[in-house]
Amino acid sequence: MEKKKPPTQDRFSFNDSAPCPTVPVPPGPIPAPPPGTPRNRVTLTVDGKTVRVPEGSTLLEACKTLGIDTPTLCYLENLNPVNVCRVCVVELEGARTLVPACSRRVEDGMAIRTDSERVRLSRRMVLEFLASSVDVSTAPELQAYLERYGGQPERYGPATAPAAAGEPETARAGVHCPTDGQTAATVAQPVKIDNDLYVRDYGKCILCYKCVQACGEEAQNTFAIAVAGRGFDSRISTEYAVPLPDSACVYCGNCIGVCPTGALMFKSEYDMREAGTWKEAEQERTDTICPYCGVGCTLTLHVQDNRIVKATSPLDQEVTRGHLCIKGRFGWQFVQGKGKKK
Amino acid sequence: MDLHITGQSPDGDERSAVDSVLGPLQASKAESYHLPQERPDRSRRHLLLPVLHAINSRVGWISPGALNYACSRLNLPPAEAFGVADFYGLFSMTPRPRAVIHVCDDIACLIRGAPAICEHLAGRLGPPGAAEPSSELTWLKSPCLGLCERAPAALVSAAGPKAWECALAPATADDLLAAMDRPERKPEPPPVPTSLSVPQQGRPGLRLLRRVGRLQPESLQDHLAQGGYEALRKAVDLGPERVIGEVIDSKLVGRGGAAFPAGRKWEAVYRARSSQPVRYLVCNADESEPGTFKDRVLMEEDPFLLIESMTIAGLATGCEQGFLYIRGEYPLAFERLSHAIRQARHHGFLGKSILNLDLSFDIEIRRGAGAYICGEETALFNSIEGFRGEPRNKPPFPTEVGLFGRPTLVNNVETLVNIPGIVLWGGRSFAAVGTPRSTGTKLFCLSGHVGRPGVYEVPFGATLADLLELAGGVGGSGRLQGVLIGGAAGTFLSPGELDTPMTFEGTRAIGAALGSAVVMPFDDSVDLSKILLRIAAFFRDESCGQCVPCRVGTVRQEEALSRLFGGNAQGVGQAPLQLAEIGQVMSDASICGLGHTASSAIQSALARWSEFSDLRQGLNPDD
Repeated sequence: MEKKKPPTQDRFSFNDSAPCPTVPVPPGPIPAPPPGTPRNRVTLTVDGKTVRVPEGSTLLEACKTLGIDTPTLCYLENLNPVNVCRVCVVELEGARTLVPACSRRVEDGMAIRTDSERVRLSRRMVLEFLASSVDVSTAPELQAYLERYGGQPERYGPATAPAAAGEPETARAGVHCPTDGQTAATVAQPVKIDNDLYVRDYGKCILCYKCVQACGEEAQNTFAIAVAGRGFDSRISTEYAVPLPDSACVYCGNCIGVCPTGALMFKSEYDMREAGTWKEAEQERTDTICPYCGVGCTLTLHVQDNRIVKATSPLDQEVTRGHLCIKGRFGWQFVQGKGKKK
Repeated sequence: MDLHITGQSPDGDERSAVDSVLGPLQASKAESYHLPQERPDRSRRHLLLPVLHAINSRVGWISPGALNYACSRLNLPPAEAFGVADFYGLFSMTPRPRAVIHVCDDIACLIRGAPAICEHLAGRLGPPGAAEPSSELTWLKSPCLGLCERAPAALVSAAGPKAWECALAPATADDLLAAMDRPERKPEPPPVPTSLSVPQQGRPGLRLLRRVGRLQPESLQDHLAQGGYEALRKAVDLGPERVIGEVIDSKLVGRGGAAFPAGRKWEAVYRARSSQPVRYLVCNADESEPGTFKDRVLMEEDPFLLIESMTIAGLATGCEQGFLYIRGEYPLAFERLSHAIRQARHHGFLGKSILNLDLSFDIEIRRGAGAYICGEETALFNSIEGFRGEPRNKPPFPTEVGLFGRPTLVNNVETLVNIPGIVLWGGRSFAAVGTPRSTGTKLFCLSGHVGRPGVYEVPFGATLADLLELAGGVGGSGRLQGVLIGGAAGTFLSPGELDTPMTFEGTRAIGAALGSAVVMPFDDSVDLSKILLRIAAFFRDESCGQCVPCRVGTVRQEEALSRLFGGNAQGVGQAPLQLAEIGQVMSDASICGLGHTASSAIQSALARWSEFSDLRQGLNPDD
């Protein structure tokens, strides 16, 4: 059965009569069946080509086996699909509307089209909507998709003046200022810098929900942030928008790890970008094991001019699937030597 | 879960508001701790919405201290609870005066005096939402309050130990200000005769409205004296399978807008009994489609009928718990239904041994808090469960995975109240009324420029012209410009389309939908561009914000429409194409029905624009 929102459901589904398990099962992909147990396969048609994939796969995975590159924004291998960005939609024969490839499970006999006129229009519009309302300057993937589908975000008119600091938080559900349509509403607003480790630039937020998932029960179980507000005024927020140091945040940085647009960014990266010294092309990436504890998470150190500028973890890392803690994520300053703080 | 809670604490009022829902805090019991593996339907998160209601109606807003206390009692992260509270239009997350006037400025009221009320209030109280720190009173604009037959409408409320809410319609600005003169006392507006809402009252041949106006809505005795609970007794005699058989035979389809065969849902939920012993029944009474008020009238005038219908549905499909989710803007219906549930429980018509038999079913009533989207069934589940009212992706459908992850039967109020008749007189006789594909009778909500606005019941098959005639013809100037059917998510029709049969198949044949059966004519004095802009604003306000096509699409739609009607040369040329493309992506790629239909009324009106313009008196905003 397909996974559904809210994601709590999965963890709670157990036989009524069975005793409560006492050890919580960590979230993540379902373990592969032991070798030798064949998984049933289903047959479907993708763009006229027949493909056989294991039962329970998603349409996205089926597309991948055929080498079809499906754009995704809110999807990430190590999180449950929330299917909110709708850029991965495909045309399913017999369905009234398009369906999200990232979450829709394959069924025998399905026929889908991934590049029809309808699909291309929806993908282009979604990308235009995002690029016309959000600053996508640090989201190269999104920009590449926009180009692929020929999006013209500028056709909605010049951007409305950015909001002042704190203004987006005053929005009330169900109320908005009247518009004359001469400018296009955006989520532009000042960057939130309230701690030394990472910044939150919600003018770049496409509301993919991934940071909320990572902060919540799919990785950190801290629940410092959630989606607040409604409609276009929806936003990622702490309770009453309190600064991060007052919130439940433990600075694991897993939200930065999953952010697709650079809205959440290491302070170190943000400062270097502001100073114009951030040179991604020149950076070297080196994998190592985190030195702090016995868990043994893989760290990818991003090094520029012989200095570590940020740390990430590969998503296919089998220990924690790309998630880290504050030490692995931020605690590498000591490597840079004494007297070179910050 | 280790909760991190900021320093603010609740004051006495806030504490007692939370305790009124959750019971007093017992120091010895570690009540806030529940095993993370506990079944979600056994956790107390589903009490979040009632707790938020209690706080908001006690102090007028939800303070950080109050939310902290609620979170510690419910073991919920404050960020999540804040996100939920901030989702609803009726809650305030910043200090607000205790007394609030909500003035409906939606389409039906817009053409019947709402602008004048708003202007008057703005003159007296300042712009909507504004209030001096010391002020006791503020006012807000509201989407449709479901009182369209008595437009213009307003909802007045005052928070406090004796909080009250009251709908006033028809309202004048002076009435509203007078009602709020002493906010500590609930105003007693003059009683409104039922015939104002149900002009057909007392006529022979009515089925659903048969008893409206002829019985005391508060009286179980009256309900029993007029045939109440006969259907339940018969249903118990028939047994679940034969009751479901009758519903299938009746060919009853859902009246909430989606027109899904009710019998198929019932059967699916009943069949799930072997694998899923716990199943739920939900009555969708979140009637929020602009122009719709039929469910309100049924709930206010004949509450026991709905309770009996839910009981039959629950017993037939084997759901032991029902939830009645009613929109927050219906205080009178909420009061009467709550009373009816208590009475029914007291007299053994609900609870553990219904009719003194080994039959168990009970109903919990839940109030929405100002969110149109919560009428979408899966958003409604999330709202009951204490999450943001964001729709879930389908499949899986509610009959497989619904409320608390269990198979769930969701039916609209009007769908359910058809059940007693089907049980008593048989599915076949029900199916004999109406047309072969639209069986039974239908309630239509007539408002706008019509002679006698109100709820009308007719057998399926009547045309749009028949309905207008029944309701006293076109009102206003008497010269028709266009008719909106199905509400804000519906379709505009031109006077040339009045012979359209108001059936599911008849409306579908011309690319329209019956929706929630709104019929709202506009005379030739109305500037339809204002109506369209209000509809666009409505969808922008009510989009939940979850998926991109709807969250941004509803904004871009309103902007493009403003450019089109603003007459400002810049960008006007592109607007029609943009609107068409925005409409297509919303209907193709949105998660739920709100997005799918958010452009429907606008697109249908633009398609008939030249016809409308020709009919309009001297107005030509489209040139």
